[in-house]
Parts: sequence; C-alpha cells; structure tokens
Amino acid sequence: MLRFIAMRLVKAAIILIAIVTLNFFLIHAAPGDPAAVMAGEAGAADDIFLEQLREQFGLDKPLLTQLGLYLGGIIQLDLGFSYRQQMPVADLIFDRLPATLLLTMTAFVISLVLGTLAGVLASARVGKWSDTLISTVALLFYATPLYWAALMAVLIFSVQLNWLPGFGYETVGGNYEGLDRVIDIAKHLILPATTLGLFFMAVYMRMTRASMLEVSTLDFVKTARAKGLKPSIIQRRHVFRNALLPVVTLAGLQAGQLVGGAVLTETVFAWPGIGRLMFEALAQRDYNVLLGVFFVSAAMVLLFNLITDILYRVVDPRIRAS
Amino acid sequence: MTSTPSEPVLRIEDLQIALPEGADRAFAVDDVSYELNAGEILCIVGESGSGKSMSANAMMGLLPDQVRPTAGHIFFDGQDLLTLSEAELRDLRGRRIAMIFQEPMSALNPLMRIEDQISEVFEAHNLLTPKERRARTLELLNEVQIPDPEKAMQAYPFQLSGGQRQRVMIAMALALEPDVLIADEPTTALDVTTQAQILELIHDLRDRHGMAVMFITHDFGVVAEIADRVAVMQFGKIVEKGTAEEVLDNPQHDYTRKLIAAIPKLHAEKQEMVTSPTPILEVIGLCKTYRSGGGLFGGPERVVKAVKMINLKLAEGETLGIVGESGSGKSSVGRCLVRLMEPDAGSVFLAGEDMAHLKGEKLRSARKSIQMIFQDPFASLNPRTKIGRIIAEGPIAHGVPAQVAFAKAAELLELVGLDKSALDRYPHEFSGGQRQRVGIARALALEPRVIIADEAVSALDVSIQAQVLDLLADLKARLNLALVFITHDLRVAAQICDRIAVMQKGEVVEIGTAHDIFNAPQSAYTQSLIEAIPGREKELAAAS
Repeated sequence: MLRFIAMRLVKAAIILIAIVTLNFFLIHAAPGDPAAVMAGEAGAADDIFLEQLREQFGLDKPLLTQLGLYLGGIIQLDLGFSYRQQMPVADLIFDRLPATLLLTMTAFVISLVLGTLAGVLASARVGKWSDTLISTVALLFYATPLYWAALMAVLIFSVQLNWLPGFGYETVGGNYEGLDRVIDIAKHLILPATTLGLFFMAVYMRMTRASMLEVSTLDFVKTARAKGLKPSIIQRRHVFRNALLPVVTLAGLQAGQLVGGAVLTETVFAWPGIGRLMFEALAQRDYNVLLGVFFVSAAMVLLFNLITDILYRVVDPRIRAS
Repeated sequence: MTSTPSEPVLRIEDLQIALPEGADRAFAVDDVSYELNAGEILCIVGESGSGKSMSANAMMGLLPDQVRPTAGHIFFDGQDLLTLSEAELRDLRGRRIAMIFQEPMSALNPLMRIEDQISEVFEAHNLLTPKERRARTLELLNEVQIPDPEKAMQAYPFQLSGGQRQRVMIAMALALEPDVLIADEPTTALDVTTQAQILELIHDLRDRHGMAVMFITHDFGVVAEIADRVAVMQFGKIVEKGTAEEVLDNPQHDYTRKLIAAIPKLHAEKQEMVTSPTPILEVIGLCKTYRSGGGLFGGPERVVKAVKMINLKLAEGETLGIVGESGSGKSSVGRCLVRLMEPDAGSVFLAGEDMAHLKGEKLRSARKSIQMIFQDPFASLNPRTKIGRIIAEGPIAHGVPAQVAFAKAAELLELVGLDKSALDRYPHEFSGGQRQRVGIARALALEPRVIIADEAVSALDVSIQAQVLDLLADLKARLNLALVFITHDLRVAAQICDRIAVMQKGEVVEIGTAHDIFNAPQSAYTQSLIEAIPGREKELAAAS
C-alpha cells in the first residue's frame, strides 16, 4: 500500500507540472495585457509607464523564462505576487481556502449522505409512490440550474421567511465569539451548502438506486436468501456494500471538483472563498492569482483521486490484490 | 448408486407455476409431481427453458417476482411449503433445505471473506457463539476438502479456484445439516476434472449425512455418474421418471431418447488420415505471454505464459481439435492464429504466407482466408445490426459490391439451414442455435480456407449442439474446409475431430488421431481428462 501511494504521489507531481505548464501557456495565449489593464485603471496608459510596469513584474522576459521562474517558485510554495492586490498569491489563496473548503466539504457531505440514503429508500420501495416522489424530486434537483436554485433559496428562506441569512460568511459587525460564532457561521452556511449539493445529491440518489436494484438481482443475493438471512441484513451487508462501489467512484469525481466548482455559489451568496477570488482575478487579468487558483484546484483533484483509489482498495478486496 | 429408499422427505403434488403474461408459454411448470426420499439423489434433467429449476425455487420461496405457484402442493415435514409465511420459510431455508448454484463465483459475495459468508448461516438462525461458529466453519471446510482451510477462511472468493468456490458453497449448504440439498447445475461451470471431484464429494456427503439431494442438470453424463432416480422435463412437464438405470438404459419417452441420442459418443472412429503434401496451416514455435502491471508506475509486473512454443499442422479438409481445461491457453492459440491477438514469437503459415508477420493491407486481405466462430452466440452478434448486414459486412469491406454480397448472404443463410427472410431481422429474434448458424454463415461469407471454432457449441443445449455439429461436418465436407475446433468438451472433440491436440498450461502435452487419443492416451494428463468425463464408465460398460 505504501509503495502504491508513493508511486501515485510521484505520478501526481509530474501531472501537476504538466497542468501548470499548460495553464501558463493558455493564459498567455488569451487576449488582454495585464499591464494595459493596470495602467488603464491608473489613468496613465502611456508607453513608458507600460514598459515600467512590464519590467517591474517580469512581463518583458521571454515566456519560457517566465515559466521557468514560475515553476521554480512553485517548488518553494511561492505562487508569485498579485500585482492587483499587492500581496503574495499564496497568502491570498490560503486566506480564502478555509471558507471554500468549509462550504464545499459541507455540500459534499450533505449530498453524499442524503443522496445515498434517498437512493437506498427509493430502491427498497421501487415502484411505490415514495419511490416516484424521491425520483421526481431528484430529477428536479438534477435539472435546476445552480444559480437559479441559489436565488430562489435566498428569496424564500432569507427574504420571505427570514429564517436564514442570505449572504456572507458571518454577520458583519456581529463580533460573536466562541460557540456563538460557530452557530453564526453555520447559519450562514446552510443555504449555500445545500444549494451547491443539490445537483450531486440527485446524482447520488439515482446512482445508488440503480446500483442497489442491479446488485439485488445478482446470484450472491439469492445465496444470502437461501441461507435464511433476514431481508434487512441482506440489504445492508450484501446489497448495499456492493452497490456502494460506483458511488465511491462518483464521490471521488465530485470531491475533486470541490475547490474549483463553487464559483457560482460563492458569487451569489457573497461567500469569501476561492471561487470568488478566481472570478475577480479573471476580470482583472490577474495572471498569477488565476494560475495560483488553477494550481491549487488541480492539486486538490489529484489528491482526491488518490484518496478515492485508496478508498476503493479498502472497500474492494479484488482491487487490493491486483 | 445403491441406497435404500425410505419414506419421502419431500413430496410435490400437481405443482403448477404460472409465468407472467407475454411469456412463450403459460406455465413454467405444469402438473408436476415427484417425491424425494431421504438419502436419495434425484436428478431433474432438461434443456434450457424446460422449467427444471422452477420447482426447486418454489420450495425455497425464491421464485422470481412475477412468477407464482398457482396450484398444487409441496409437502415437507408435514406442512405445505406453498402455504407458509415468508418468516416460516426463512426459518427452513439454510437449516432444513439448503441450495447450491451453478456459478460459484457469482454465488459468493465478492467483498466478504469466506469465513464470514459461512458463519452467516449460523447467525441467520441464531445458533452458536461466534467462537463456535469459527470452529464449525473450519470443520466444514475440512469436510469439503479445501486445501489449507485456515487460509481459505481468510480468503475472498476471487482468491479461490472455481472448484474451491463450489466446495465453499457446499460447506455453506451443509452447515446446519439440512434434510434436503438442492444442487442447481453445480458442476456446469467447472472443468471436467474438477467436475468429477465435486460429483464425488456430493456423493460422499450424501452417504455420510443421509440427506436427500435434488440435482438439477442438463447433462446425461452427470446423471449417469450420480443419480439414483431421474425425472426428465420438457416444456414444464415431467415426460419420464424412473430409476437411473431404467431411464438411461431403456428410455420410454421420445424426448428422452432424443436427448440421450444427441450426446456425442466417446467412441472416435478410426479413419483415414487426411494427408496432403503441403499443409494449409502450419504453426511453428508460437508463443504468447500476457503481461500486466509493470511500466513506470504499475508496480510489479505479472507475467502469464499462456502459449509456450506450440507447433501444429493442419491439412486441407482436416479437423484439428485443441482440447484443454480453462487456463490451458487453447483460446489464446485460436486468437493468435487469426491475429485477433499478436503472438510474441513464432510463425503462422497460412497457405505459405506467414500470418504472424503480415502488416497493413496484406494482413487485411489474408484475413479473408481464416475466419472465426465464437462461443457465445448472444454476445458475438451486434444486437443493433440486421442479420444480412452482419453476414455481408465482411465481403463488402473486402470490395464486393453490396448487392452481390447481400445475395450471397441469402444463399449462405439457406446453406446453414435458415430461411433467407432472416436477412432483415435482428439477432434477438433468433434462438441460441439459430444465432450460432448466423455466426457460421458470417464466417463462411469470406470463403475462408480455414475456420477456427472457439467453443462454438459449448453454450448450446445438447440437442441443438448435435444439429450444429452435424452442420459443421457437412459444410466441411462440401466446401473442403480445414477446421480448428477448440473445446473443453472431450465428447464433442471425439465426435468431430480427425486429430486432437491436448493442451495443458500453455503446452501441447499430446497430439494424435482422435482414435488414438481416446483409446490409447499417452500422457498422464490426457488419461486423467478422459477418466473424468461424466458417464464414461457407464458407456464403456454398455459397449462391452
């Protein structure tokens, strides 16, 4: 197992370098000159000023040299400097990362747990009205665009009913401390996390339901019945565990998307996370911040892929052996 | 096969089981009555779709959802099983009536250790403490003669061989000393030597525990090995029943006679050797090694030498059998011959040209001369393609005008005994035997000189199998084809092959005329294969 993880980490590092390189060239191929944007905002777009800006930020060097400097920096965990925010990119990202992780992890857990549970329930009552209800709701969640669901959630639960706060990470000027602060953040978390989780909740539900039904028809389930086992034990021990395998694969895919995938939600709910940081950096041609966010999301995707593969080995002895 | 019949433990009376609407007949089982006595092995014999497994599933309460018993009784221990509640049935399952299945791989939970799967039986009936369960599991594994039972307890199903898995299933079924053991085709998926061992084990266990065994099978060879009494089923009805001797030696019903006659006889004719100065196909030093893992990040490399330095010759008009058990490399040889797989070394001379080293356009045109028929008539035809296109596709790819190719396809369909209206129909509209005929027509469409048939009749019922074998023999003679016939079934090989090569672990251990292989096998392995053929002793006794 250790050897497997070590090999995978080496592989991940190589892929990461390739991704960074590709991103680097892609961003520089896109139209828009950061020096021009900065100079424009400063209100003095003459050539000498532009040259000065370019020289100051190393934009005048050949692309390959820039790439080399950038990669060299990454190895020392230096993601460059944001010309716009006048801050190291790493600091910017690590400031925002906890908020994003809190939001996306909560959404992940909500969608995985509720989706799988709903799928198990639906499969146990296949063809009955409760199955139809669960499947219909899941289809609704699946088909609703995220930003629309987010706006509706704010409109209903925040504006109309006034149950939950509709934006931000915590109450501005609330100055809560300790447990009160935790409760305050949790209240702010409920709407964005649930909205963000809706789509995958539906996907987990459908996949769990289909997988449970398929596994139920397999021979070993008949063996289990022939032993005289109770249906509840058969469902839990024989069907559910085997049905979980495709769900684990999907969860790995979702987990990988968590960091980069919350741009819309963070924008609608004014959540101070990486998604919003990226959105702002894009508008401002802040290359280094964009590259930094891409780097961190790519690293997360690879990390969660690795975790999924390890989990798979834990769940399925056949993979462990091969 | 001597056991004194005592009073019946199980009695089925006028059982009728309805199929859902739209099925090909109204009742899966109709008006079926039989008895099962303690200590007796009753074989229920029939082809696929005969309803032979249905009454067994009914007594376990394990019928598929839409299939329901509509009349009759199943008396066991003074009560009618069909009137019991689910909870009452559950109490009987595994404890009084136990069951083993055809496919021991899929019948075991892939994610659970063997020990847990066996001790579950005790848990289901709230018996024994966890420690006692463990001890009893070990005892059971010992009784079914699993090598290294301590280790087997900790193993997952995929770590055991097919025969070992079936032993685990049997251990599980024996756990609570049931009165009735239902065995549903328990040896069909196993190699012939393993099958012989499992049959012997079931026989021994019956003698030791005195349980009644209901043995469901399609194979009269197996019946001859194990049955005390036999019931033959066709279309959901019992057409004949009696003692094994009565039914096998003196069958009364036409269907039984037909079935028994369709079994390929072990006797291989001594015939003129087909000799031609230059062989149509010559294989020299063929090697194929499978590698997995390895590479930059794949971990340790695993190497399986599937084919080791094989030499074969095939004359025009000759049928060469390649016989072996699973894992012997026989199918790998077939795939290398048609270059569906790249051999690692060696040459395959087809009419003087080395197939193994051709490339591009030359390989494409050489492929016409050597065609393949596959095992599974369901998986080997594209379900979305009409039969006509399936057959004409090859010639069209080789430049035959579409109209000519379709006209030829119609002729070929008639040649293989199908109506030409089949051209416009899809594969799912045909039975297994008919589909295999389509597969043969497809192979013939390119006018090949050599045909490789890989287990081409193994998935078919015995009566259909006989028809397809006749067709192949007939075509071979008419078209002067050379045939490489790959099979695990020695009976089939004896019937159709001129010469036979016996393969074991990637090597040819013996090659000779079919007559010599069956009457004077030289290698110990060939001898053990032939001895393991079910029904052989009875056949020998009858012949002498």
